[in-house]
Amino acid sequence: MQCCRALPPLFLITGSRDSGPMLLGAVIAGVLTAGLTQGLSHAGKIEESTSMGVVFTTLFAIGLLLIVRAADRVDLDPSCVLYGALELTPLDTMAVSGLHLPRAFVVNAAVLGVNGLIVWLLFKELTIGAFDPMLATTQGFRPRLLHQLLMALVALTAVACFETVGSILVVAMLIVPAATARLMTNRLPTMIWLSLGVAVIGTFLGHIGALTIPPLFGFADTTTSGMMAVAGGFLFFIALLFSPQQGLLIRAYRQNALRLRIRTEDALATLYRREEEDYPALELPPTRQLRHLRRRGLAVEERGRWQLSERGKAEAEAVVRSHRLWESYLVDHANMPLDHAHQSSERLEHVTTPSLREGLDEVLAKPERDPHGHSIPRGEG
Amino acid sequence: MMLPWKMSAQEPGPEHSPHAPVSIHDVTVAYHQKPVLWDVDLDLPESKLVGVIGPNGAGKSTLIKAILELVPRASGEVKFYGGSLRRHRALVGYVPQRESVDWDFPVSALDVVTMGLYRRIGWFRHIRHRHLREAMNALARVGMDSYARRQISQLSGGQQQRIFLARALAQDARIYFMDEPFAGVDVTTEQIIINLLRELRDAGCTVVVVHHDLQTVPEYFDHVIMLNTRVVAAGPTSDVFTRENLLKTYGGRLTLLEEAAQAVAMTAKH
Repeated sequence: MQCCRALPPLFLITGSRDSGPMLLGAVIAGVLTAGLTQGLSHAGKIEESTSMGVVFTTLFAIGLLLIVRAADRVDLDPSCVLYGALELTPLDTMAVSGLHLPRAFVVNAAVLGVNGLIVWLLFKELTIGAFDPMLATTQGFRPRLLHQLLMALVALTAVACFETVGSILVVAMLIVPAATARLMTNRLPTMIWLSLGVAVIGTFLGHIGALTIPPLFGFADTTTSGMMAVAGGFLFFIALLFSPQQGLLIRAYRQNALRLRIRTEDALATLYRREEEDYPALELPPTRQLRHLRRRGLAVEERGRWQLSERGKAEAEAVVRSHRLWESYLVDHANMPLDHAHQSSERLEHVTTPSLREGLDEVLAKPERDPHGHSIPRGEG
Repeated sequence: MMLPWKMSAQEPGPEHSPHAPVSIHDVTVAYHQKPVLWDVDLDLPESKLVGVIGPNGAGKSTLIKAILELVPRASGEVKFYGGSLRRHRALVGYVPQRESVDWDFPVSALDVVTMGLYRRIGWFRHIRHRHLREAMNALARVGMDSYARRQISQLSGGQQQRIFLARALAQDARIYFMDEPFAGVDVTTEQIIINLLRELRDAGCTVVVVHHDLQTVPEYFDHVIMLNTRVVAAGPTSDVFTRENLLKTYGGRLTLLEEAAQAVAMTAKH
């Protein structure tokens, strides 16, 4: 386990195996990284993400160099870097007021306390600094300073967790719970609590999954932290599917509902136009659309002859009225050729609200006939 | 550092009144060595609606940002009622351009308006119910109280602009700086905004507005600043909003100065 503790989190070797100096060194390295990123982006007038790419890769390379140079003095295990040594944490305990607690638990609980306290104290300052730094500046808040403080906290947190859980889980936990929570809410405070919840559930699922899932396929159990990252991804996927506003399912449902409405309205309008021409001899094959109309009580069928019901007629009138009003409007007021006007009206008729319809009627001075010479059904009510 | 364009001979600026709401003395701002605002010298009058007009790139937004110390000034100073900005922050309200913030940010309309109160609430203090009530009142003044709980991305452009205005009202300032509050808004919003600006002026506030629509300038503003890197003209709208000054501001007269600015930028690069 010493391997992981001796590994320099965030690219800095302090030469000490004591966790105190190492934590301090790593935090300094983290803040330096954040500061350099911001400074470079500001001085060079480049995007922050670009400067992040430059600073991170350069420092990472330097870190690797240092590690290789020190390799004969320090025992290194690459898998420790990726997965940490979560399973071994109970073995490394320290006494806190008579209780033997895992050292990782004590360290991370302290960091959680610091994070919680600062977010609680500076919640509104951090919010305004992130949302509208210029307004924050004119009010005497210092958004750049606040940003640096936040970066320092991120560095501190990453360093504190790194040796226990490894780099994969640190990165996953920094991003996935927050991203999942953002899908579920539009409020920042709710989002913070939700992301904590997602993280806790993810770790439980990951822990149980690491023990139970691989044996199902005949393997030995796997690393806990890797499985926790997978569980986080799973929760994100669930949120992506079921999110109340942007979820894939709700979007698919809305799209399908719209498609169904358009088909129904088209079928209604077709029946209406046929009835206009040769009422009531409407012998039609029972298509899916027609059967759908009958199910909803919008049309009735008698021995192969189809007819709009009372309610169906009213709805069809509204659609046809929209269509013909739009055709008149597009031809008279937008100088559109008649054939083009028909196609546009075909689309517009499905999104026209009653008030819009009456607005059109007003502008066109209540026309009786459309450009084709068809009569425009009277307004509802 | 001696900046090249400062070497030009300078006439002493006009007399400054120590009690003007905002007194701008000799302000120059440069991006990449190229002057965007060149030696601006202005006093802003008390309780007036002041329009700032000029072509694209004339430095209108930069003027406001330089006054509020949001961009570094190469030279010059700005006084608020004879004092520094640091001392008079409470007197200053700001409405940035609508595009300057991320409207997908997870906050509601009410949250954004409450931000106008943050300076008064102070560092480390939490938002109380009375602050939310105050923010609700500001929302009601722009006719947006029924949208208080909406996430801000679900609002139209005009509604977003009204939220920004409500936030400025919540700041309860004496001098307001607004960066294109009329840009891309519907007729209803434009009417609501101009009525509010007039209310603010009648209550004794100075309101400085970056504006694009020249047609509405005489109707909206008592005072106008015509800007194109330098101040072309500034004064009561009836006096300075003339065809001649417009030509000077938007026409070809200033291209020589622009060329000079370009030349300065080029020599600075080499």
